[in-house]
Amino acid sequence: MELISEIQHLFMSTLFDVLPIIAIIFGFQFLVIRKPVKNLKKVLFGLFYVIFGITLFLIGLEEALFPLGKLMAQQLTDPAFIGAMTHAAGELEWSDYYWVYIFAFAIGMSTTIAEPALIAVAIKAKEVSGGAIGVWGLRIAVAVGVAVGISLGAYRIVIGAPIQYFIIVGYIVVVIQTFFAPKLIVPLAYDSGGVTTSTVTVPLVAALGIGLAQTVPGRSALIDGFGLIAFASLFPMISVMAYAQISDFRARREFKRREREFDRDEQSRNSAYDEEE
Amino acid sequence: MFGSLRDLMPIILVIAFFQMFVLQQPIEHVGTLITGFFFVLLGLTFFIYGLNMGLFPIGEAMAHAFARKGSIFWLMAFAFALGFGTTIAEPALIAVSNEAAEIASQAGHIAAGEDAMKLYATGLRFTVALSVGIAIMLGVLRILLNWPIHLMIMIGYTLVIIVTAFAPAEIIGIAYDSGGVTTSTITVPLVAALGIGLASSISGRNPMLDGFGLIAFASLLPIVFVLVYGIIV
Repeated sequence: MELISEIQHLFMSTLFDVLPIIAIIFGFQFLVIRKPVKNLKKVLFGLFYVIFGITLFLIGLEEALFPLGKLMAQQLTDPAFIGAMTHAAGELEWSDYYWVYIFAFAIGMSTTIAEPALIAVAIKAKEVSGGAIGVWGLRIAVAVGVAVGISLGAYRIVIGAPIQYFIIVGYIVVVIQTFFAPKLIVPLAYDSGGVTTSTVTVPLVAALGIGLAQTVPGRSALIDGFGLIAFASLFPMISVMAYAQISDFRARREFKRREREFDRDEQSRNSAYDEEE
Repeated sequence: MFGSLRDLMPIILVIAFFQMFVLQQPIEHVGTLITGFFFVLLGLTFFIYGLNMGLFPIGEAMAHAFARKGSIFWLMAFAFALGFGTTIAEPALIAVSNEAAEIASQAGHIAAGEDAMKLYATGLRFTVALSVGIAIMLGVLRILLNWPIHLMIMIGYTLVIIVTAFAPAEIIGIAYDSGGVTTSTITVPLVAALGIGLASSISGRNPMLDGFGLIAFASLLPIVFVLVYGIIV
């Protein structure tokens, strides 16, 4: 019974959150476009499913994943735990936090795989590219980027370096890659930075950042706890372009290899022909 | 349903591994945990089903209708409304702007007290929503006028770097994060469908090259705007 009232409550609040979007869509539809919506019933059912899906998704996350994830982030960043894992006396060094980096990597990767917004963009990318960009290829490339980004962000909190240096170096890498990556991937790669961080990733990553900033000596939770999401939205751009560059490179090498084989076949055929003559 | 289970498997494995081998602590409330995961599973399935049925078709249909209508004014108005409207109510943004107000108050940038903090947080929310509205508008304009995306992004990066140099140190982390939190689960599919729909209905545009990129602007421009907000306020 309690669960049902909670579902009702969350459904209403999700509905309230998306109300502006629905008002904008139908406002423009009826006042500006002034044409009936094709398959209106189907579209309305689709919107209902989306809202209902997000509601269930959020309830599940809040019941199961968030409390556990936040608790784990707290436990892993606890000085007592870190001290026990390192068996070292005295001051903790940045490398003593290795379980935090591994956790940051693993949680970044796994939450990104489950991110609904990324699934949506991957579906579209596959459709538009005619299947050249696979749904899983893109999702895994993005997930690797988020994983690397969050671990690096955790390292930054531990050593206490200013965030802008990391971000500026990241920007420079993105700009350089832009000139060498296959043209078609560039806009999608830029987009993948923004889509990675939403419903699932943000709360967990924020918990990790704040947990770290609270326990590392000399850090302030309010100031140093932020910035992980920035890393998580920068690195996917790099990893998606890298993914395209690698597949492009391999395709070219394969093409060259085939070309060589073809030449060899041609030569042997020619020589066989010569012998016959 | 099966696909959603596969999507969630990595999270389950990561949590199980860390609980069992690293933290070595028993998991409490296993029952609620399993129910929770079941809800996540069901929710993801419904979401993806509804995406293909409602959100993608309506986004693309509207893009086609605007392209046929040919009124740039209304298209811009729609783009701005979509960006502004979806961001202003975003729960993640509300949380972030409240935290930013707390930081600003502790650092002494604004007067202490509830009212000043509330004013600061609301101002920040409007700033971010405004920046997302302008970003989507710029992105749509780029599709129409065929501006090169990489140049625009580089100009954006340059702006971020310049403004960072003048911004108070406390706001920088939150400003960089604000780019990531603005794009929500409903906005992303809708904006993607809008861009691809526009690019495929205007002749001479390639949906792959021109359809994507709107979300990139929506996550870059808020950084600049929040930094500027931090300088001014």
